[in-house]
Amino acid sequence: MTSVLTAEGAQVRPALMSRWLVVAALGVAAAYARVIWFTPPEATQGLAQKIYYLHLPAALNAYIAFGVVAVTSVVYLWLRDPRADRVAESSAEVGLLFTTVVLATGPIWAKPIWGAWWTWDARLTLTLFLWFIYAGYLVLRGAIIEPEMRARYSAVLGILGALLIPFIHMSVYLFRTLHPMPIVLKPDRPSLPSEMLQTLLFSFAAFFLLYLALLRERYRLGEERALLAEREGHAHGGD
Amino acid sequence: MSAPAESIVVNSPVVEAVGLVRAFGGRRAVDGVTFTIGAGECLALFGPNGAGKTTLLRLLAGLLTPTAGSCRVGGVTLRSARAARARVGLVSHASMLYGALSARENVEFSARMYGVRDASGAARRALGLMRVADRADAPVRALSRGLQQRVSIARAIVHEPLLLLCDEPYTGLDEAGSAALTTALAERRDRGAALMLVTHNLGEGLALATHAAIMRRGRFVRHESRAALDPAAYASAYRELVTADA
Amino acid sequence: MRDETFGSVPMGLAAADVELPGLARAAWLVARKDLAIEFRTRTAFFSAIVFALLGLTIFYFAWDATAVAAIDLAPGVLWVIFTFSGLLGLQRSFGVEQADRAMDALLAAPVDREAIYLGKALANVVFVAGVQAISLPALALFYNVPLGGVWLPLAGIALLAAVGIVAVGTLFSAMAVNTRLAELLLPMLSLPFFVPIVTAAAQTTARLLAGRPAAEAWPWLRILLGFDLVFVVACAIAFPYTLDE
Repeated sequence: MTSVLTAEGAQVRPALMSRWLVVAALGVAAAYARVIWFTPPEATQGLAQKIYYLHLPAALNAYIAFGVVAVTSVVYLWLRDPRADRVAESSAEVGLLFTTVVLATGPIWAKPIWGAWWTWDARLTLTLFLWFIYAGYLVLRGAIIEPEMRARYSAVLGILGALLIPFIHMSVYLFRTLHPMPIVLKPDRPSLPSEMLQTLLFSFAAFFLLYLALLRERYRLGEERALLAEREGHAHGGD
Repeated sequence: MSAPAESIVVNSPVVEAVGLVRAFGGRRAVDGVTFTIGAGECLALFGPNGAGKTTLLRLLAGLLTPTAGSCRVGGVTLRSARAARARVGLVSHASMLYGALSARENVEFSARMYGVRDASGAARRALGLMRVADRADAPVRALSRGLQQRVSIARAIVHEPLLLLCDEPYTGLDEAGSAALTTALAERRDRGAALMLVTHNLGEGLALATHAAIMRRGRFVRHESRAALDPAAYASAYRELVTADA
Repeated sequence: MRDETFGSVPMGLAAADVELPGLARAAWLVARKDLAIEFRTRTAFFSAIVFALLGLTIFYFAWDATAVAAIDLAPGVLWVIFTFSGLLGLQRSFGVEQADRAMDALLAAPVDREAIYLGKALANVVFVAGVQAISLPALALFYNVPLGGVWLPLAGIALLAAVGIVAVGTLFSAMAVNTRLAELLLPMLSLPFFVPIVTAAAQTTARLLAGRPAAEAWPWLRILLGFDLVFVVACAIAFPYTLDE
């Protein structure tokens, strides 16, 4: 089912019909099922630890999404191809979604295990900053009307954001080694017997598939929007 | 007169544009423009809004890079060459001045940015030429629009550019201001600078021009010497062209 | 440049009369110009100082002196103040070029684009350093925190942090001024970048004030130095991409 832009105007085919998205959604549902029913609970942390199987892969995919933003930003500045900008924009939106999920589920995991709704552990803090950068990126895009300038400015921000991440990581790491965190039963890495590892990998694959499917849909939407904008520009007689 | 290391042949044109194209996305604002301007010549460029005149001017000023084609000033290609920009002066309807600073400070700053060694001397001369020397030390924002425009021209000529680009410089000027501007520009032209004057005002443009061109949709549709044209016929032809586009 | 004479005034300066400014000289000219403008109007600087002093006052009255010692509170307060008053100064950095399209004149001049960025950044560093120079003694005064022997290293850290804040802030100021949400965007984009700087600076300040050995502060200082190095270069390179050429 390809995109349809009829002569009368734009008719965007419903995104939900895309088979990739359906497969990815099923994949994530299957991962959930596997986590809840088919994976043994972890010895010390109990059932609540299972969120980790969803939390970690989502976080990893959020970082991958950001890596894509950074790389396509470089590609855009080099080649000035609007498609690179569209991929960056799509990846940023999907990345924001994943990052929000991680930050929202973080407290759900933290409370039963660490007794606090929020902890400044390394990964959560880094994810929070990723969220800030994504948010800034999307607000910047929203504030610029002209497509070429928007793409150029976003690319600059994408690259600078990527440069920032290592500094955040270093700062958080240094902060944590000098400020021991309150009682941590077992932080981010439980020892992984093969069953748990399999679940983790399965989850990761499911979330990655979801990322790709959402990316593709968002890219399509971006393409159609651009086409529509061009048509409107012609109708009014470009200046 | 000794010939310094960087002398140019007197008879070669100051500006040489060949096939200049500038596209914004899919739209070509300047669509293949070729012309030359020699020393002591003034090209008046007319045309309706959106014709691409300002874009062409900005290309010549080094503010935009061409999508295709080339442009040389004083024999040096403009494309991101600092040395070529050094020979160009830019006057616009915006004054490009810093309101908080005095006229003298503005012009001296420009002189220094263009590498003039004796910046204060050059500034003094330029301000005198534009007859604003007596208000040179007041903050620019305290001056009338006409005086600000004169200071802006002083800023543009302080480094004795070979090419002076003027984008609708008469905007907002009263009679006295317009007359002063025309005198100043004529003076530069007679001293051997090349001028390019973009304006809506046929009368003012033709008063200074040695050549005239009409631009439409990114191209020159007419280009001839001033001597060869009859102002009345030109005016009606121009009116037709402009209304055809509206 | 030609050296011909028409009438009594030479047209075209001789080659000997012109020396195009290099990167450093052009940056210096731009910085001097910006500082001259700021000095002439003084409103932004004055506002930043007032803001800093107000901030110090508000934090004082929000502070429970029995729970937290002044020396523990001071670094955090100081660096929050520096950050936000720095932003005030950065807001106006490119605004002055927009007023009468003065930016066009800068870009038409035969100078490197990076020089424009560096010049503005330099002027901003002077601005921020000026605010710091007044806020620091004010802090010592209001909170009764003896700066004593550590004021020199403190000044050094303040300067290093100012460089980092200004490097990023100047670039984002150049971008924000061209958008619809300029006042909102500048803080929103800059603050995530300020965090490593402010954290390192505040941690180092805390240790200095507590009289701890310098070696403890070194890891933080390294982050600060690394940040300055990376971002001054990266932002100078990125600046031409923010221009419409």
